[in-house]
Amino acid sequence: MTAPPTVPMRPIPANAPRPIPAGRAEPLPETPGIAAPAALAADHFSFWYGSNKALTDITFDMPIRSITALIGPSGCGKSTFLRAINRMHDTLPGARHEGEIRLDGVNVYDPSIDPTALRRWVGMVFQRWNPFPKSIYDNVAYGPRINSSPPRHELDRIVETSLRRAALWDEVKDRLRESALGLSGGQQQRLCIARTLANEPEVLLLDEPASALDPISTQKIEELLYELKRELTIVIVTHNLHQAARASDYTAFFYLGRLVEVGPTDRMFTAPREERTNSYITGRFG
Amino acid sequence: MSTLTPTAVRARHTAIRISGSAIGDRLYDWAITFFALCVPLLLGLIAIEISVAGWPAFHRFGLSFLTSSAWDPVHGQFGAAPAIYGTLVSSAIALCIATPLAIGVALFLSEFAPPWLRQPVAFLVDLLAAIPSVVYGLWGICVLIPILRVVVMPFLRDTLHLGVTPFFSGPAYGTSMLAAGLILAVMVLPYISSVSREVLMAVPRSQREATLALGATKWESIWGAVLPFAKSGIIGGVILGLGRALGETMAVTMLIGNRPEISASLFAPGYTMASLIANEFSEASGDLHLSALMAVGFTLFVITLVVNAVARWLVMRVSRIGGQT
Repeated sequence: MTAPPTVPMRPIPANAPRPIPAGRAEPLPETPGIAAPAALAADHFSFWYGSNKALTDITFDMPIRSITALIGPSGCGKSTFLRAINRMHDTLPGARHEGEIRLDGVNVYDPSIDPTALRRWVGMVFQRWNPFPKSIYDNVAYGPRINSSPPRHELDRIVETSLRRAALWDEVKDRLRESALGLSGGQQQRLCIARTLANEPEVLLLDEPASALDPISTQKIEELLYELKRELTIVIVTHNLHQAARASDYTAFFYLGRLVEVGPTDRMFTAPREERTNSYITGRFG
Repeated sequence: MSTLTPTAVRARHTAIRISGSAIGDRLYDWAITFFALCVPLLLGLIAIEISVAGWPAFHRFGLSFLTSSAWDPVHGQFGAAPAIYGTLVSSAIALCIATPLAIGVALFLSEFAPPWLRQPVAFLVDLLAAIPSVVYGLWGICVLIPILRVVVMPFLRDTLHLGVTPFFSGPAYGTSMLAAGLILAVMVLPYISSVSREVLMAVPRSQREATLALGATKWESIWGAVLPFAKSGIIGGVILGLGRALGETMAVTMLIGNRPEISASLFAPGYTMASLIANEFSEASGDLHLSALMAVGFTLFVITLVVNAVARWLVMRVSRIGGQT
C-alpha cells in the first residue's frame, strides 16, 4: 500500500480557466480504511437507465494521486458508475440520477457545471481503443485544438509531452504524420491515453483499458498508470482481478448495482470483510 | 472409445461421398456466376452497339463533333458541344444546391431530430425520389418557371445587381439552365440525403464518445469526428446524385428550353445530351442525323462512366488519407 500522498496539487495552466472551483481536499470520514484526501467522492449516488435502476446508493471516496480499481461481475454497474463521473450518460435519453459525485468538493451534476468543460478535467479512456481516423499528431492535438487552440509551437510541445507521458513517443516520433490506425492495438490504446493527457486532466477514468490487449501491452499500460498516478487521480474499471491486485491502491467491489466493500487493495485481497467480496476474489462466482 | 463395426464404416463412406446437395451447390455457384457476368456483358454490348451506330458521325466530324456548336440537321452539321455543356452545367448547379441541403437534412435526421420525427421526415424526403420525372416537369412549367420569371430572376439580376456578371444577365424567359438545375437539385436531393443519413448513422458510437470525452461540444463532435468518418460515404452519395442528374431526361427537357447554344448566362435556354436525344430521335432525318444522336448517346455514356470512375477514385483516396481500410 502506498503512503498517503504529500505532493501539492499540480498547478493549473494559467491560460486554462478552471471550470470547477478548486476546493480543499477533504478528509474522508465516510470510508473506513481510506485515510488519503479524496479527489472524487460519490455521495449516495443512484442511477437509472429509464426505469432500470443500475446503481443504488453508492458512497465512497477515490483518493487523490492513487489508483482506485472498480471490480465486480459483468453488469454490476462499475462501468455505469465510471461513466457517471464525467457525465458521459448526459447524451443518453432516459438516464437519471440521484445523489452527488463530487470533484474537489463540487458536485459534477451541479447545474452550473458545463459537462464539456468537466470532461476536459476528467479524461476518459475506453475499453475499445477509438483513435480518430487521422494522423497520430492530429489525434493528440484534438483536445487542445478544440479547447484552447494554442499556437503551433505550443501544440507541438503538448503533443510531445503527452506522447512521452503515455510512453509512446519513442515508438512514434518519426511518424507523427502517419495514420493512427496503422499502430498496433496496444499502441492505439496508449495513443488514446496520450490524447486524453493532452487536455492535462486532473482525473483519468479508464474503462477496462487493457481487456482486449495482449499481456505485454497490458503490462505497458499498467506501468504507465503507475507513473501517471504521481500526478493524476486514476479510476479504473477492470474485470481482471490480477490487474486490480497488481496495479491499484484502492479497490471497490460492486455487485448488483451496489457497492459491497471498498478499501486498500492489499487488505481487500488478503482480508476482505464481506463474504461476497471473498467469494468473488477467490473465484467462486462472477 | 467405441469400435467401429464394418457397417458403420460403410455408412460413413457413403456419408462423405458427394451427394445431391453438393451438386446443387455447384449448380447454384454456376448460376449466380452467370447472372453476375450478365451485367458487365450487357454494359459492354451497349457500349459497342452505340459506338458502332455513332461511328459515322464521329468519322465525319472528328473531334469537332465534341467542340462544335453547330447543330443543324437540315444542312447536315452536327456539333454536340452545347448539349455537353448544358448537361455538365445543369448537373453542377443541381449538385451545388442539393449537396449542402441534403447533408443538412441528413445531419438533422441522424443527430438532432427528436426520435418521433425521424421516420416521418426521412420517409417524406425519400418520397421525393418516387415522384415521376414528368410530374416534376409539369410542376416546373406550372409553378417553378413563373416564379423564376417574375420573382427570382429579376431579383437576382436587378435587386442584387448580379446582372453585371455574365451569369445572371439577359432576358428572363423562365425556361433556362437555372430552371433545369433547380428541378434537378430537388430530384437528386433524396439520393444524397438518404445515403448520407445511412452513413452518418453508421459512424461508430466510440468515435462520438471519443470526442465528447475530450471536452467537445455536440457541434465540435459532429464536425471533428462524425463528418470526417462519414466523408467518403457522403461523397459516394453525391456521386450517385450526379449520375442521376447527368442522365435525367424528361423534367429537364421540359424546362431547359432546348436551344443548342452555349451561353454563360444561367437565364438563357440550353440543351442537354439526354434531352437532345429524346427530342430528335423520333423524327431524325437521314442516317447521319441518327448516327449523330447515337454519338451523343455514346458521349453521355462515356462521361457518366468517367464521372463514376473519378468518384470511386476520390472515395478511395479520401478513405486512404483517413486511414480507413
